[in-house]
Amino acid sequence: MQSSAVNESQLVIDSHQESGHHGHPDHRMFGVILFLIADSMTFIGFFAAFLIYRAIMPEWPPEGTPELELLVPIINTSILVTSSFVMHKGQVALKNNDIQGLQKWFAITAAMGVAFLAGQGYEYFHAEMGLTTNLFSSCFFAVTGFHGLHVTVGVLLILSVLWRSRTEGHYSSTSHFGVEAAEIYWHFVDVIWLILFVLVYLL
Amino acid sequence: MEQVHPQRKWQDYFSFSTDHKVIGVQYLVTAFFFYFVGGALAEAMRVELSTPDPDFVQPEFYNQLMTMHGSIMLFLWILPAGAAFANYLIPLMIGAEDMAFPRLNAVAFWIIPPGGIFFLSSFFVGAPQAGWTSYPPLSLVSGQWGEEIWILSVLLLGTSSILGAINFVTTILRMRIPDMDIHSMPLFCWSMLATSALILLGTPVLAAALILLSFDLIAGTAFFNPAGGGDPIVYQHMFWFYSHPAVYIMVLPFFGVISEVLPVHARKPIFGYRAIAYSSLAISFLGLIVWAHHMFTSGTPGWLRMFFMATTMIIAVPTGIKVFSWCATLWGGKLNLNSALLFGIGFLSSFLIGGLSGVMVASVPFDIHVHDTYFVVAHFHYVLFGGAVFGLFAAVYHWFPKMSGKMVNETLGRIHFVMTFIGFNLTFLPMHPLGLQGMNRRIALYDPKFQALNELVSIGSYLLALSTFPFIINIVWSVFKGKPAPRNPWRALTLEWQTASPPIIENFEEEPVLWAGPYDYGIDTESIDGDEEVEDMLAEVAGNT
Amino acid sequence: MKIPSNIVTLIAGITLTLISLWYGQNHGLMPIAASAEAAEVDGLFNLMMTIATGLFLLVEGVIIYSVIKFRRKEGDTTDGPPIEGNVPLEIVWTAIPTVIVFILAIYSFEVYNTLGGLDPMASHDHLASHNHHEMVAMDEGNSQLIAMNGEKVALGLGQSPYLEESSPLNVNVNGIQYAWIFTYPDTGIVSGELHVPVDRPVQLNMSGGDVLHAFWLPEFRIKQDVIPGRESQLTFTPTKVGQYPVICAELCGAYHGGMKTTLTVHSAEDYQQWLQDNTIAQTPNSEQLAVNSEQ
Ligand code: HEA
Ligand code: HEA
Ligand code: CUA
Ligand SMILES: [Cu+2]
Repeated sequence: MQSSAVNESQLVIDSHQESGHHGHPDHRMFGVILFLIADSMTFIGFFAAFLIYRAIMPEWPPEGTPELELLVPIINTSILVTSSFVMHKGQVALKNNDIQGLQKWFAITAAMGVAFLAGQGYEYFHAEMGLTTNLFSSCFFAVTGFHGLHVTVGVLLILSVLWRSRTEGHYSSTSHFGVEAAEIYWHFVDVIWLILFVLVYLL
Repeated sequence: MEQVHPQRKWQDYFSFSTDHKVIGVQYLVTAFFFYFVGGALAEAMRVELSTPDPDFVQPEFYNQLMTMHGSIMLFLWILPAGAAFANYLIPLMIGAEDMAFPRLNAVAFWIIPPGGIFFLSSFFVGAPQAGWTSYPPLSLVSGQWGEEIWILSVLLLGTSSILGAINFVTTILRMRIPDMDIHSMPLFCWSMLATSALILLGTPVLAAALILLSFDLIAGTAFFNPAGGGDPIVYQHMFWFYSHPAVYIMVLPFFGVISEVLPVHARKPIFGYRAIAYSSLAISFLGLIVWAHHMFTSGTPGWLRMFFMATTMIIAVPTGIKVFSWCATLWGGKLNLNSALLFGIGFLSSFLIGGLSGVMVASVPFDIHVHDTYFVVAHFHYVLFGGAVFGLFAAVYHWFPKMSGKMVNETLGRIHFVMTFIGFNLTFLPMHPLGLQGMNRRIALYDPKFQALNELVSIGSYLLALSTFPFIINIVWSVFKGKPAPRNPWRALTLEWQTASPPIIENFEEEPVLWAGPYDYGIDTESIDGDEEVEDMLAEVAGNT
Repeated sequence: MKIPSNIVTLIAGITLTLISLWYGQNHGLMPIAASAEAAEVDGLFNLMMTIATGLFLLVEGVIIYSVIKFRRKEGDTTDGPPIEGNVPLEIVWTAIPTVIVFILAIYSFEVYNTLGGLDPMASHDHLASHNHHEMVAMDEGNSQLIAMNGEKVALGLGQSPYLEESSPLNVNVNGIQYAWIFTYPDTGIVSGELHVPVDRPVQLNMSGGDVLHAFWLPEFRIKQDVIPGRESQLTFTPTKVGQYPVICAELCGAYHGGMKTTLTVHSAEDYQQWLQDNTIAQTPNSEQLAVNSEQ
């Protein structure tokens, strides 16, 4: 997609840099954090709507809503929380230039993410309500579904880190933006889940 | 310094370029395209409204025109136009080579044209007709596909705007040349910081609301549908949580523009730099806690109405600080009344009216009377057209030499200003009495007793439409035949004027020197005597261009 | 910053104040005020017009004066004086708007309270105890009533706390795509137009069937959305006999603009007459009449 003119400009900029210009500092983490702030506002929007419904409806959950099973979500919660620590070990391994360690721990994290999604799928399948049963069920599926989407994206990010780590020297103790970004995103998804869990299942 | 620098070719402007200057121009041209579309829809509405009966278009189609007009003007005209100047100017103003994330920047832009075309395509399946606010339950029962296209387009455009904001904040906070601390950066950058904060905090909430609305529309849920146990008021809260800040997203960039344009052409430092900078942040913060003033007659209990009335009114204080500071900047200056400054002054005088009517509608008992009437329509056209659009034209005239390397024709520019100013007031001033007297908004048929004023409004709007022609002619003619512009035709001090017009691809030949603050007009030149480089610059600014 | 502090400024200030005061009272922008509440709102609006006119003249005056007085002379390339701020001046123009805003907020609060805006809960209790059966009737069709903590909240304007507790005339209002239907619970009259006696408080209990509507009486300066699934109410006391438009102010579909009817304020006798005419014969005939008179 890139036009020749752009490459040209790239060239100019590059040569520019060699001529003793100050280097390009890396701003990508900063950008990722701004993005996560924005993304968290989406969840805050959903949670606020949920809380408002809770506050104004005469009955919440509405009459006839089946009790939510807690077993699967609790297992899921522990998987997700643990996975954050597992993932961090991967990053620590990378800091010691241990690419294999990174790959191992990240692979486990991805597997745990998939397990979480499977658990959620199981829960959806066995829930005695559907998206349109009532307001509570709609909220339930919308919020957990939107979170599940984030988990899916997180797993994809981890997989792409794994894919790239196969290239010799792509990640190292000094160059690890992709790893860090995937990790901070994963922690973010984790924290959101904890809030969601309290709001939807426990309250 | 006899290096030859490659210049942009015209093809670049149609490509996925990552140069922020190209992207800025792309944004601007796209925005103008949609301005003409949105304006044409407005003219169709005005033709309809020149008589009390729905004789020109069916009422149903009128509602489509109205919805499309509002949505296009906000999401495809003013928002991208603000982003256009932010993209073009921020790196130049802070001495950077490009934005922090050039590719992301290009992606953000390239979402807009397809999104906009997609949005327009809704006319083929029956455009949305529930107003730009899309309140359920009406939006759920008035044409499914048009409404869904509206939702998807707004989601797309919102994404674009979030990506843009991430870029702006990162660039402003992290890429200033080392000499430039945050209190010596141009005020436009301050206002873009405030704007971007609102985008980042507000837009996602709108996205959440629209996702839920979409579920209601397509999947049969009932989040906002009372018929299924939901609550339409929750939508209103979520919608306005974004859409009130959105009105400041639309005007803050142009506050920034005015803070740039006035000092240059008045040849005086901006009055109260810090006060203006901080009041942008204050407006941004307050803007987040006033949203329910759009819901004073809706499902809002009395005490909540009182709370939001108080927070809303307080916004008059930081905005007043700006307005007064701008007036003080003009006072005692040496005004060069060219097109840019004329539009800047037009901004001041029209925005003032819109702001004053804004404080009036903030008062709950009065708003109960005028809510959803033409008084509100008058209010927001005064702030949006009188504010944002006048500011935008000031920006176009001010930076056109920089962007194109050509000067504009001043005579045509002044004709444009006079026609716009008269047409604008003729169109929107009579809307105030209309609303007070009892004409509600969003109607295709109205009481015949309002016909006379409506005819006046329609005539004004025709003049307004005509006023764009001198502008278009001027721009097209100047791009091709205009007098070549020197690097600093206005003898301005901000960094974008230290490079060629148009700027070379990498922006600056070498890192620019910050030898004066952005607004140090009339400073004592003797005090910085001795530095050769600075003397060169001073000679240039002193006017022998 | 050089502030011209001479006699001219003083005269300009006085003129400005006088013009604002005059215009604030004589703008003639509002339609006639047909209720006590409307007069309150107009008082508030007049004050706001006065302030707005003053600020308008001040700022535009400064702009126009600058444009005329501080124009650049041909060929003059020097800069203006390097004034970057003036702390006392800036404090003044922060403080004055703050004070104005406080005054406006407090005054608005007062007016709103007088309209009964802070009291819909209380008057709701009152309503519930006196007219319980109508409430139940109203609830039909709204399968899920929304309530806050189990207690119903009415939205809109209740009884003014400054009025003697008097028994208001209750009318149930139903807004549907594109018509208003008024039901008089005391007499069972159903009508497409609203008829009320002069000088007696009227309480409208509003509910909606399909989409949002808003009940607006421009001559009474009151408006409230009609929200399906929620109740809202408006209370007012008409003071002028006459016919006034009833307008739907919330976009409700293609014929939103056509959703209007009239409010007739009768003298006490005329109102009795109207009641009699309509109670005796809720016949097709009289409805025919009502329909005809609408056109
Ligand atoms: C650029 C866009 C923009 C801007 C800047 C504003 C600015 C303001 N707006 Fe406006 N507004 C809109 C766009 C905007 N608005 C739109 C689009 C709608 C309608 C949406 C819809 O329903 O479709 C709307 C509707 C709207 C409403 C709802 C009306 C209704 O639907 O019933 C209210 C109510 O409070 C309001 C208030 C204000 C206030 C208090 C300001 C303030 O920020 C203004 C502050 C400025 C000044 C006050 C002037 C300068 C100050 C001084 C000179 C100091 C001294 C002044 C005083 C002490 C008064 N606006
Ligand atoms: C920035 C925002 C913006 C701008 C610039 C405008 C500009 C105009 N608006 Fe807009 N308006 C809104 C935002 C804006 N509006 C919004 C948000 C609403 C609310 C919608 C809702 O209720 O949901 C609204 C509603 C609205 C209404 C009320 C509709 C109703 O409630 O029923 C009216 C009525 O007159 C109106 C009129 C106009 C007119 C005459 C212009 C004029 O300024 C336009 C002038 C026209 C031009 C400048 C175009 C000139 C070009 C041509 C004629 C074609 C030529 C083509 C080429 C050269 C290629 N607008
Ligand atoms: Cu009912 Cu508009
Ligand atoms: Cu607002």
